[in-house]
Amino acid sequence: MWQWFHKLGSPKWFFGIAGRLMPWLGWSALIVLTAGVVWGLLFAPADYQQGDSYRIIFIHVPSAYLGQSLYVAMAVAGVVGLVWRMKMADTFIASATAVGAAMTFLALLTGAVWGKPTWGTWWVWDARLTSMLLLLFLYLGVMALRGAMEDPDVRARASAILVIVGVVNIPIIKYSVEWWNTLHQPATIKVTEAPSMPASMWVPLLICLLGFHLLVAWLILWRMRNDILLRERRARWVRDWVLAQ
Amino acid sequence: MQFDSFQALITMGGHGAYVWFSYATFILVILGLILATAIQRRQVIKHHRRLMRSEAQRHGSGGKTHNASGA
Repeated sequence: MWQWFHKLGSPKWFFGIAGRLMPWLGWSALIVLTAGVVWGLLFAPADYQQGDSYRIIFIHVPSAYLGQSLYVAMAVAGVVGLVWRMKMADTFIASATAVGAAMTFLALLTGAVWGKPTWGTWWVWDARLTSMLLLLFLYLGVMALRGAMEDPDVRARASAILVIVGVVNIPIIKYSVEWWNTLHQPATIKVTEAPSMPASMWVPLLICLLGFHLLVAWLILWRMRNDILLRERRARWVRDWVLAQ
Repeated sequence: MQFDSFQALITMGGHGAYVWFSYATFILVILGLILATAIQRRQVIKHHRRLMRSEAQRHGSGGKTHNASGA
């Protein structure tokens, strides 16, 4: 366990393993996402109340899920970075921020577009939507903070603290649909209960969710490799790698 | 297949604009992320090449010419 943890902290080892994983992740993301989207758009049945507008779910739910889980992962990395001074933790935060922001933006936008035909409005200032908007601002805040700081150590510590403080927003998003009255419906798929939709709908949703995970993992590993190259610019192996390109 | 015709697939019973707009944005956002990451990679490699060139130049001329621009 500790040996693995130690290895994970080595940029050179991580760079190599990420490079070997990336093609598998990238191609499987393309295949799984295409399958999920085609199934959801063409073959899943229409909803008896919402008609075809519910097909937005196949991108809305995975992007909302990843927008939140990436933020939690960044907060965990923030703690690891602060406690063990692991450089790779900051590399993860640097690389996941833009991807998490994109996912949150997608969730908000597809939610608004879905809201119009379903609720009759693009936007309401209720707990779920407002806390999700706050999540987008947190991501943008981390990006702005990192852009404003020159010193890598100060930057790593400051962004780790901001990410950790902001994680309080995540349970608010999750439970907002239960604590307060809202237009937004509660979760459709829960680990602990049977899904409230037929298999012909939740199976493609699960496939899309898997595809989104693969895609996001691929993108983040790619960005982490870029970050490592920049950070380790003095290292001999980095120079050899660049010369080989 | 849930749709009888291509026309039905496009209109989706009046909801087509909402659904297709969502999926188009999804594809655009993903392509944007991929493009941004590819550009990031190119810039990192360029940065390294410039750094190595300017160092080689400095060593080559006995450290007299310190050329920050690396040209």
